[in-house]
Amino acid sequence: MKAPRFDYCRPATLPEALALLDCHASDAAVLAGGQSLMPMLNFRVAQPAILIDINKIPQLDAIDCKGGCLSIGARARHNDVLRSREVRNNAPLLTQALWHVAHEAVRNRGTLGGSLALADPAAELPACAVCLDADIVVQSVRGERRIAAGEFFQGVYTTAVGPDELISRVDFPTVEPGWQFRFDEISRRHGDFAIAGLAIGIKCSGDTVSDCRIVFAGVETAPRRLNEIEQILIGAKPGDESVTAAAKSVLRDTLEIRDGGEFPREYRLHVASELLARVLRDFAGREQTGGRVQ
Amino acid sequence: LRKDTASDAAMGFHEFGKADVGIGRAMPRAATKRLVAGRGRYLDDFSLKGELYAAFLRSPYPHAAFTITDTAEAGALPGVASVLTAEDIDSVCAPWRCVLRNAPGMASPEQRPLAREHAVFQGEPIALVIARSRAVAEDALQQIAVDWSELPSATALEAALPDTANPVHLGLKDNICFTFEHTSGDPEKAFAEANHIVHRRLSIARKTGVPLESRGILASYDPAANGMLVYVSHQMPHQFQLHVSELLGMSILDIRVICPDVGGGFGIKMHLYPEEMAVCAASKLLGRPVKFVADRFESMLSDVHAREHIVEGRMAIDDRGKITAIEIDDVQGLGAYSVYPRSSTAEAMSTLRAVGGPYRFEHYRARLRSVLQNKVMTGQYRSVGHPIATMITESLVEDAASARGEDPIEFRRRNFVTPDMMPWISPMGARMIDLSHQACLARMMELSDHERLRAKIGKWREQGRIVGLGLASFVEFTATGAEAYGSAGVPVSSLDGVTLMLEPTGEIRAQASGSEVGQGIQQGLTQIIADAVGVRVEGVRVMLGDTGAAPHGGGAWSSRGAAITGEAAWRAGRKLRQEVLAVAAKMLQGAPEALDLRGGRVVSNDSGADRMGIGDIAQVATFRPYELPPGTSPQLTVSQTWGRDCDPFLPTNGVQASLIEIDRISGFVHPLQHWVVEDCGRIINPLLVDEQIRGGVVQGIGEALYEACRYDDEGQFASGTLADYLLPMAADMPDIAIAHVETPYSGTLIGAKGAGEAGTCGAPAAILNAVNDALKPYGGRIDALPISPVDVLRAIGALSSDAVQ
Repeated sequence: MKAPRFDYCRPATLPEALALLDCHASDAAVLAGGQSLMPMLNFRVAQPAILIDINKIPQLDAIDCKGGCLSIGARARHNDVLRSREVRNNAPLLTQALWHVAHEAVRNRGTLGGSLALADPAAELPACAVCLDADIVVQSVRGERRIAAGEFFQGVYTTAVGPDELISRVDFPTVEPGWQFRFDEISRRHGDFAIAGLAIGIKCSGDTVSDCRIVFAGVETAPRRLNEIEQILIGAKPGDESVTAAAKSVLRDTLEIRDGGEFPREYRLHVASELLARVLRDFAGREQTGGRVQ
Repeated sequence: LRKDTASDAAMGFHEFGKADVGIGRAMPRAATKRLVAGRGRYLDDFSLKGELYAAFLRSPYPHAAFTITDTAEAGALPGVASVLTAEDIDSVCAPWRCVLRNAPGMASPEQRPLAREHAVFQGEPIALVIARSRAVAEDALQQIAVDWSELPSATALEAALPDTANPVHLGLKDNICFTFEHTSGDPEKAFAEANHIVHRRLSIARKTGVPLESRGILASYDPAANGMLVYVSHQMPHQFQLHVSELLGMSILDIRVICPDVGGGFGIKMHLYPEEMAVCAASKLLGRPVKFVADRFESMLSDVHAREHIVEGRMAIDDRGKITAIEIDDVQGLGAYSVYPRSSTAEAMSTLRAVGGPYRFEHYRARLRSVLQNKVMTGQYRSVGHPIATMITESLVEDAASARGEDPIEFRRRNFVTPDMMPWISPMGARMIDLSHQACLARMMELSDHERLRAKIGKWREQGRIVGLGLASFVEFTATGAEAYGSAGVPVSSLDGVTLMLEPTGEIRAQASGSEVGQGIQQGLTQIIADAVGVRVEGVRVMLGDTGAAPHGGGAWSSRGAAITGEAAWRAGRKLRQEVLAVAAKMLQGAPEALDLRGGRVVSNDSGADRMGIGDIAQVATFRPYELPPGTSPQLTVSQTWGRDCDPFLPTNGVQASLIEIDRISGFVHPLQHWVVEDCGRIINPLLVDEQIRGGVVQGIGEALYEACRYDDEGQFASGTLADYLLPMAADMPDIAIAHVETPYSGTLIGAKGAGEAGTCGAPAAILNAVNDALKPYGGRIDALPISPVDVLRAIGALSSDAVQ
């Protein structure tokens, strides 16, 4: 299990990296944290002609918050995002979700941009980006482009990033007053990819839901807002049993459950539905989220 | 706790368990600091000048005919030394075939380092590139041209079994490698007269050992000396030395095998693998050192797998609630070959032998069919076969108690083989001695606070929690004696040799034929030798793993280190002690009987007065022997070879309990707490024994809940990475409480029995019983391992049982 031969370069600036990408396009692979790319190289599943290592480029890992926008550099390591106060204050969903991302060693190297660029259907961060309505900022020699997270993820390992483009940062709107976010997931062992994960935000006025955002991870081939479910919840009390039951029933017709190994679709649907119910109960203050039953 | 202090004294144990002695003392391994500091020297840490690296081209199909049409392009890549195929390797290495003299009719085809013309499992090596780096070798593999023609295959156990199955090897009339039937007593009559008959059918998935350090070898043939030096990550250097001698046609005197630090074995590293022999052959052909280290993907694909069984059991119970008969029908998946040299069928035979182990019953029928498949070989893996026996037996015991409407603990107590019945010869002919089923169960009741726990479970259930408690009593046969492989004609030593050398300082260096594979036997032997001679533990150094230094012997398998190597070490130590005291007596002009050796000091037996140190004696004996009476000729080196001449296996026993909770949403089983009461006879080092048990339990939990080597419908292996093959992780493991009952083996001086596999033996059964206890109120049951969350949800009715895939 050794990688095939490839050329390797480590540009010192973003323009240099973009020029290399422009020149090599789909023959190139971008190396950030390497947590997925390196195994794919060693398995010879990925055989790029050139590896563009962006680890030397300054500022690509900056975390910055101003004017209602939390910007996280594409190369920000998971653990840096997880431990960032700015992130916890302005996008607490990310902090919650990152506890579920793999293990310490992987989080030390893995990056936000890498996770979004890979677009593994079971990954947590793509679902969070969609739930938070983030803009994914990509750059190329042609300039900068902002892609709404809702349009970014197009299927299993498929995104809207062009072959000559590099994700430079992700812009998250900071959390507005009245919103509450939760991330919860069911995975086989702690740190495994989700069988089903749920990123959810709820805004209440009085004791009823006035707005909400619901995105699953691991359930469909790509994360998306579930408008049908959101509409059911709006106007109801969070955790209302009959509303939850209605939402679960609509989930059955709405979700296009992906195929996945030992878990039949019916199982994944059950887990996703019960996960939604658990989180809604949590919003109603009746259950702790995410803990193991003891 | 049963400790026979009278016999302790008779054996020469003194101050047993005290801090200044060896045996019975909880000490960390002396090597721990080195290993934790990253100073371990594992196979890949060794390099020889001029070494080359090997990579294998493997069959992508479970069964295929092939022709290698071109190797020239691969051979022409810069850095490639050679591209070898079966033609080349066969010129220096003989094929092998697993034949057991005591298992007539076993049909396992000939196997060789590289397949010729037909590949019979996915991952079987068909060619080998030797290059200046592994990466270059892998580049070259991609350039080898092969014409493949896929053949019908048989991978799933149930698909490989029938007469009409696709043959695993062309020309086979069926895939049955071996069948075995045994009847004792009159089971038919017993079943006909039974008050209750219970029945279970369990299907158990393949798994593998996953040692932290994968398999690896560095072979260096010296054409001038016609000598072969082999570093190999293996559990038994002497067995490997014999393989090289036999298959490469070399004198054993020209072969030196060194097993350096070994990062875990679990049975995976006790077989002959095509890759290892191909590397030896390649080194002989090239006259250069050649190294191969399996990567994780190769390990998962080509290490022996184990435990693929469909086992059906019936138990007959009479009107007094006694087990009268057991019937077992076991179908075992073997893979494409019966693994050399010990055979793959050993696992199933071990299962049949251990069924019903803790219980007295007269009538037994056992039937085995071992089935070839187009998959990698299965072989011995930690607690070989016993976990399957324990699962089927303890499932039947729970069902039997349930059929009678009684407490399964009562049922067990009534049916145990009790001390007054022993020795008791089991229906498969095992001599059951020195076992403590009742004492272990009683201790378990205290340890787990059983009554209160049951009450708590009742309360939790009222709160809607799905919890269950499961018990498993077990017998495990350890420290295998000579008859098992001797009568099969398999050249595997069950003896051990220990040589002790008294250094001029009075310190002791030992060479032994046991193997250190992470289990800590090096430390155990050190403590035994220290006590046997009468010196401090710090003054003894034990060395293992080098056929150039240690006497021939068995290595690490069958939990034999303490029981066999340890006994040899004890006896060697007593010999050296006699020599030392004889010299001391000459120096002091007294009688050896009047002297004792304690903590490295010679003292008067009666008064305890200090006379001299062992170092003083060593100095005189080494440098000034003329000061001794003529003819004293002190023997500073002693050797002992030892093996049992009775009891082919040492039975051990214990009981495990597991408390689990099922998550309603996911169907995951969470082990909340685990308890073990174990009797491995004399405990040499309680710390090492307890941690061995904990590790074993975790492997057993892995077997019950997580681990499976899966193949898809086309026979493609689907568990090649640790993301696909789920190992139990620390964060998901429960606390494991351990207690001991100590019933020394009556046939040896130190009385030690095997301990290292006990955790794995009982844990899967305890978990399975706990899960089924939790499911009982829902009317569901699990009969397949690893326990699938999907099956669990179906069993509690949360998921319809006909849910489409």
